[in-house]
Amino acid sequence: MSEHILDLKNISKSFSGVEVLHEVSFGLRPGEVHALLGENGAGKSTLVKVITGVHQPDKGEIHLNDAPVHFSDARESRRAGIAAIYQELTLFPDLDVAENIFVGRQPLTFGGRVDWRKLYAEAGKLLNSLGVKLDLKQKARTLSIAEQQMVEIARAFSINARILIMDEPTSSLTLNEVADLFRLVRRLRADGTAIIFISHRLEELFELADRVTVLRDGSYVGTRLMKDITRDDLIRMMVGRTITNLFPKQDVRAGDVVLRVEHLTRAGSFHDVNFDLRRGEILGLAGLVGAGRTNVARAIFGVEPATGGRIQVEGREVAITSPQQAIELGLAYVPEDRQLHGLIPSMPITPNISLPILHQYARIGWLQDKSERKSAYDAARQMEVRANNIWQLARELSGGNQQKVVLAKWLSTNPRILILDEPTRGIDVGTKAAVHGLMSKLAAEGMAILMISSELPEILGMSDRVIVMREGLVTGEFSRAEATQEKIISAATQNVTIGSAQ
Amino acid sequence: MKAGAITESKSASLISEYAPRRSFLSKFQRWEWMLVGLILLDVLINTRLSPFFLDARNLSRTSSDFMEIGLMMLPMVFIIITGNIDLSVASNMGMSASFMGLLHNMGVNIWAAALAGLLIGTLGGLLNGYLVARVRLPALVVTLGTYAFFRGIAYGFLGDQAARGYPAAFTYFGQGKVFGTLVPFSVALFIVLAVIFGLVLHRTTFGRYLYAIGNNENATLYSGVPVARIKLIIYTLSGFMAALAGLILAARFGSTRPDIGTGLELSVITAVVLGGVDINGGKGTMLGATLSLFLIGLMRFGMGLLNIQGQVQGIVIGFLLILSILLPGVAQQISSSRNIGIYPKSVLISLGVLAIFIAFFLFFFWSRAPVIAGG
Amino acid sequence: MTVQNPPAVKTSPVSRYGLLWTLARFREAGISIFILILVVAVTLRAPSFLTVDNFSDILLNISILAIVALAQTMVILSHGIDLSVSSMIGLVAMIVAFVVKQNPEMPVLLAVLLGMALGSVLGTFNGLIITFGKVPPIIATLGTLSIYRGLVFYYSQGTWINSFELPTSFKLLSKGTPLGLPNMVIIAIVVAVIVYYFLNYTRTGRDIYAVGSNPDAAQFSGIRQQRITFLVYLISGLLCGLAAVLWASRFESAQTNTALGFELQSVAASVVGGVSISGGVGTVPGVLLGALLLGIIQNSLTLIRISPFWQLAAQGLLILIAVISDKWILSRVERTKQ
Repeated sequence: MSEHILDLKNISKSFSGVEVLHEVSFGLRPGEVHALLGENGAGKSTLVKVITGVHQPDKGEIHLNDAPVHFSDARESRRAGIAAIYQELTLFPDLDVAENIFVGRQPLTFGGRVDWRKLYAEAGKLLNSLGVKLDLKQKARTLSIAEQQMVEIARAFSINARILIMDEPTSSLTLNEVADLFRLVRRLRADGTAIIFISHRLEELFELADRVTVLRDGSYVGTRLMKDITRDDLIRMMVGRTITNLFPKQDVRAGDVVLRVEHLTRAGSFHDVNFDLRRGEILGLAGLVGAGRTNVARAIFGVEPATGGRIQVEGREVAITSPQQAIELGLAYVPEDRQLHGLIPSMPITPNISLPILHQYARIGWLQDKSERKSAYDAARQMEVRANNIWQLARELSGGNQQKVVLAKWLSTNPRILILDEPTRGIDVGTKAAVHGLMSKLAAEGMAILMISSELPEILGMSDRVIVMREGLVTGEFSRAEATQEKIISAATQNVTIGSAQ
Repeated sequence: MKAGAITESKSASLISEYAPRRSFLSKFQRWEWMLVGLILLDVLINTRLSPFFLDARNLSRTSSDFMEIGLMMLPMVFIIITGNIDLSVASNMGMSASFMGLLHNMGVNIWAAALAGLLIGTLGGLLNGYLVARVRLPALVVTLGTYAFFRGIAYGFLGDQAARGYPAAFTYFGQGKVFGTLVPFSVALFIVLAVIFGLVLHRTTFGRYLYAIGNNENATLYSGVPVARIKLIIYTLSGFMAALAGLILAARFGSTRPDIGTGLELSVITAVVLGGVDINGGKGTMLGATLSLFLIGLMRFGMGLLNIQGQVQGIVIGFLLILSILLPGVAQQISSSRNIGIYPKSVLISLGVLAIFIAFFLFFFWSRAPVIAGG
Repeated sequence: MTVQNPPAVKTSPVSRYGLLWTLARFREAGISIFILILVVAVTLRAPSFLTVDNFSDILLNISILAIVALAQTMVILSHGIDLSVSSMIGLVAMIVAFVVKQNPEMPVLLAVLLGMALGSVLGTFNGLIITFGKVPPIIATLGTLSIYRGLVFYYSQGTWINSFELPTSFKLLSKGTPLGLPNMVIIAIVVAVIVYYFLNYTRTGRDIYAVGSNPDAAQFSGIRQQRITFLVYLISGLLCGLAAVLWASRFESAQTNTALGFELQSVAASVVGGVSISGGVGTVPGVLLGALLLGIIQNSLTLIRISPFWQLAAQGLLILIAVISDKWILSRVERTKQ
């Protein structure tokens, strides 16, 4: 008898000839939180999908309670008590909270009719036992990301999962929500559930995980007890080398004001936002998800124009009503959702990079392929995009390389004001440091950068100045010297009672 | 510290500028070769079956038969590449031609009437564009509404009347040949326009924007592309081309009835999709669509020579449309699941389904037999 | 857990039609008001409109549309579309009429069952192409639209079946009133009740909503998406088969162009009735009201003596107005909510 509830033995998996997993072994004990760590492309997601039966391994065995198992789809693994919460959430936006929990397994009456009363009663009971307060009849479409995650967890719970896999559950959560989530995970662990937890935030893993298994380039590197390992060791295991400085911020003397925002308002999103952004400055915009930070960025960039207030760019008052106009004024916006707003995943790298300035490569609308290709190539090279060639499809790149393409695209517009919305979300440690290094360099060259981030270390490590938003209002402003974790959290959450429903 | 001064752990392959660019385009080119092959095959079979097939006069006449579809197809390629659709083109065609016919019946000069027809068609396209791009209604819903609306206006204009007696100078556009050749005017017009539309699609920023919108509209918008304006333009263009096609069809018939061109929207969409344009947007070429237009035209012509009714020809075209999407997918499935065994259950199900279809066709022919005997 | 306000503007691609759900319950109210206003307005112009006779006439006229629109609705709910409904009706009506003509003694019920069986086979074909052939629904059914219509011509050799060739019992199938209302109306009501129960009180019915709401998530939730997709096209064929028999009975004929263009009417009734074209949203009462609205429009245009030639245009315009005002109301609600 092994102590493991789940044992993967020498799993290999290839996709169209490329080996994504090579002889990976992995053991999971009941009642532990086992972190799965590795850079993007290390094979974590594939491993998870092998466990849940979405993919089948080419070689190797899976043992559940010491018996070999073979899952041909997600249905079978669920029946065996394995539940997964994927990075991309899998709720049904048009169904309500209660039905989302029981979708496909709605309780039935004797006559085989869906028993709605029982469904709502059980959903309510379940959410209560998890300590989550949600309106059962609210459609999933209107839930915040954190709330959606709670519904996913409730769903996993409702099938009495003995193994729960969480793939980057915290990447879009705010600190409080993360705390809520962790409380829940600890309770599950205490009940004997085995949890596989994937995250790029090392701090979290030290806080939560018992053991950690590291993958690199599809191969197994090692498994350690969390309490026996240091942060630097973990990074070395992940990337195979040492990264010394994650936040390489240079000190730059801020120049003239290039972007001034006064009383900026968009009904329903944010109200009376004021700030200045100077040349060579990185201004951090902190706050909870949904505090209106992204809406401010979108308003400045003209995607969802403001309904009130003023914007001055380089001293000139402007009314920005479209991204086109913003780009002409020297603004660039790297959005938080790469797949949806940042990139065209199904197109190659080149047209992705050239899209905002395509007209520059054209004479009266007629495209000049050569100059386009040359510029795209230069931009991609400068960003050290790792790809076979510049005609590779963007969706074939790893998350970090995709973000580099997005950055290359916006930097080739030669912006004077750069807005970065969660610039390192879901990016591996190596690329993260590269992005931070780039930000520092750009600021040193005189670019003005507005950085929205939910990661406090990033905010504290990179910003010259920090402003904090809460519920559509600016609730705090701190210089680099003043800013501390406590001050920012307090400004982001003041007067919000945690633990009570609306 | 310099940007990106971290060496990658993997062999940091330097990105290449001149790479197998083919990987991006080859898929479509393969499909176009396929269409060329099908056209040749069709010609081969038909020349065997009918001595009249390879007759220049016949071919010239038949090619003008599907040029109206071709003219509406050109902007439809744009629209479908952006991931939208226009179901109203044939109705718009009817509205424009009927308006011209109405004015002609009222004694207005034919050229002024034709111009008015083009104008009303363009306005119809503008209405579609406005509702899709600015009001942001789903294209399918909007053009379904205008499908009824435009056709209704056509009936309103002409009622149960027909407009006739167009002057020869006008009917030239539908019936005439380019000076000194056998090439019908409409064919020449189509080819010129197809080249222009193709160049716009594949060689200009506008064309690139269409692909970008079809692949990811949001990201395109965020990149500063005036998405709404582009949609407005292509729908307006579609309206204009539908009107132009309507005038040419009216000129070819020498008369206009309000039901002119009914149902052609499906032929147009069939040609576009069979040409390899992805109905979900983002992929496809003008060459492919044009080739498929000629393939369909030649097939229909060949079947017509064999006295197969137009509607029955639809069976073949329908199967061709489905198979064009089905076969590549099935081939891929078979090649990717080579090592998956055959399950007894799936065999049983397949046999059951097969039995159902056999039973259906046995019944189909059995129940029909007396008619044949009697007729 | 603190329940935050969701971000005011969601970034999901479906948000364009988002918030449709908020009015899900009120949507029927919206279209009902539209119908009421129309009824009042028409009655003022033509008092004969608001009579029992006229309304039973309207009900008779929309019964077939309602049945087909419900079939179409299930397909659209699952994130698909069935453009072949009109051709299925045309083909089944032709075959059944032929068989009935050849066998005048045949029980009417058998003809109905035959129609449903034939329709199911056609629906099965659609479903197979879409689920196993992985052909997008709009293309698959566009293809079968012309295939099935072509079969009508092939089958009939271009001939029609006329009223005198059909037995009276068959003609009475739709029009007889043994239960007070015409049989056809009763059949439509029964179909609506069954579909309502199916969509709201069976797991399979709920799965249709789930599949349409988030097709990608279905596989993670253990829903057999392919089965559901196959099923909706099968049901669509089945109901079209039923509608075809009723059609042949009501119009006492089968023609090569039977139900031509009906696919767009069925989609229109669904959409006007509040079914989201992108799937996952829509109710049976809404669709019935949508069909009723289309029927009332058609009926009232005649009553208020709009030239028959302009009626189609007026219909199209009213459909557009219904859809636009719906969108307008939604955006209004969205704004006031913030």
